[in-house]
Amino acid sequence: MGHWIVVPIVLPAVMAALIVLAVRHDIVLQRIFSITSTVALVAVTLSLVIFANNNNPEMYALGDWPAPFGIVIVLDRLSAMMIFLTSILGLGVILFASSEWDKRGQHFHALFQFQLMGVNGAFLTGDVFNLFVFFEVLLIASYGLMLHGAGAERLKAGMQYIVINLTGSTLFLVGVGMIYAVTGTLNMADLAIQVPQVAAGDAALLRAGALILLLVFCVKAALVPVHFWLPGTYANAPAPVAALFAIMTKVGAYSILRVYSLGFGENAGDMAWLAQPYILPAAIVTLAIGMIGVLAAKRLNGLIAFSVIGSMGTLLISIALFTPESISAGLYYLLHSTFAGAALFLVGDLVASRRGAIYGDKLETAPVFHQSGLLAVLFFVAAIAMAGMPPLSGFIGKLMILDAARDSDLSVWIWSVILVTSLMCIVGFGRAGSVLFWKSASAEGVIEVEGATWPVLPIVAACGMLCALVALTVFAAPIMDYLQGTAAQLFDTTDYIRAVLGEIPATQPGQ
Amino acid sequence: MEFLVASSIGLLTMCGTYMLLRGRTFPVVIGLALLSYAVNVFLFAMGRLTIDMPPILRDGVTEYTDPLPQALVLTAIVISFGMTALIVVLSIRAYLEIGNDHVDGRPVGEPSEAGDKN
Repeated sequence: MGHWIVVPIVLPAVMAALIVLAVRHDIVLQRIFSITSTVALVAVTLSLVIFANNNNPEMYALGDWPAPFGIVIVLDRLSAMMIFLTSILGLGVILFASSEWDKRGQHFHALFQFQLMGVNGAFLTGDVFNLFVFFEVLLIASYGLMLHGAGAERLKAGMQYIVINLTGSTLFLVGVGMIYAVTGTLNMADLAIQVPQVAAGDAALLRAGALILLLVFCVKAALVPVHFWLPGTYANAPAPVAALFAIMTKVGAYSILRVYSLGFGENAGDMAWLAQPYILPAAIVTLAIGMIGVLAAKRLNGLIAFSVIGSMGTLLISIALFTPESISAGLYYLLHSTFAGAALFLVGDLVASRRGAIYGDKLETAPVFHQSGLLAVLFFVAAIAMAGMPPLSGFIGKLMILDAARDSDLSVWIWSVILVTSLMCIVGFGRAGSVLFWKSASAEGVIEVEGATWPVLPIVAACGMLCALVALTVFAAPIMDYLQGTAAQLFDTTDYIRAVLGEIPATQPGQ
Repeated sequence: MEFLVASSIGLLTMCGTYMLLRGRTFPVVIGLALLSYAVNVFLFAMGRLTIDMPPILRDGVTEYTDPLPQALVLTAIVISFGMTALIVVLSIRAYLEIGNDHVDGRPVGEPSEAGDKN
């Protein structure tokens, strides 16, 4: 694939610079540039997915320095799928934001492109330190987006979000440092070779480093007990940004999957499946707490944010089982929950903006608002998806996760928690929907909000997210074929290592 | 020297963590800065502590210090410097907008519901 592999990182970076430097005074040109870039990104990543589907993993050496000395980016089935997901989600979000949101502050489109660059880079990189750098790129952009069109509440939540992530970055460096000290490498493929050869005396240090790194990824993935930043951040972020952040928690999940299946996976000797005993119980608790939050939420955005935590719990349960079946099921649920979370945030914003400043997204009975019929339908579909009811993809995903969990030691816990929390999620969304759309009939009058006519782009974007969910359901079989291949590739790491390091070098003693 | 470096990292981390857990933004910013200093020295030490050695690896050279952690530290310094600048600006903005410098957006001593009304 040659240089095409690096395009998903370079294209948004160039576009962002261009938008800041050349067209920063013209919002229309900014929109054109930003949307064009994202459409091109969708096309490129789609062709990368098709390429990855038919070929072995391929490496791109930045600056042509050979691995493990230079920084490499690697395209395999998993990373191709993740960047494709990112660009589709990005397209929906940018269409939504281009009607009105992007005018509420400066540089929305430039920050958005930088965010895409950071996320794509984190998915593509084959180097742990480079992963840190791309984490920082996406976080810096997300700080700007989070504070877009600030207000007191948003500044307060943004401050906490930034402090927790800066602390996370510090821990990331500590973990990376310890791993480097013991193995002498930060290249993920090289780690897979070095980790089993670590001297027994250094094993504890390596284990500690790897688990500190795990903690950082769990912060990103909003796993209990380090989930507390998410509800405040997502509920107070601008709606399109919250929808884009649906991919940010998945960056954490992806990193866990990548690092702990490659470096600390099956072939890691004493360190094999290092992460499993910690993630699985935490993920079960995460799911329970998320859905309790759904029941307790007083505001629509808070309800959606807690349902995102719950879906991360479900996703990480299936990842933490670390079997080929559970990982392919988990990846399907990952695709699903990204679109479902994003769709809910977009629809939630349409609802809140029509209920005016007084009611907003509070879950209280308010008079009828404009287009409540259409929005009720959209909300209903998105809520069905998030709760995992048939006929949409959430149901298929949960079914496959339950099936994959059959042989686990904790299968009783997994089954009961997933099933009970699904009911709680249905109740929570049912209550929210009836308060927002049905009970309004009992109140007098109609809420008149200026400008709440038929905004084409936001409704198209929200419908697009829901169409993606329908497509996931309709094409579940071919998608599952791809995902089973992905899981197989994650378990058989030889192709990945060969792509990065050439022929696998002969056994050398650790440093 | 190992003791000196290790204990200074420990001290910096200790102070940084304490400051980070304070309720007002200024100590939090200082705490983050101290933590980033600690982690920079820590990263540097992860290439093993050596004195008076060139960070160059070439044929015939047997004594050298590991150049990679130095590159990592440089990156980490740049990033943490930028982040500190960002959070200083943000704290000032939050102070001006919210009216106090508490990280929860409410003065110390008031009940927790007070901040959540708006």
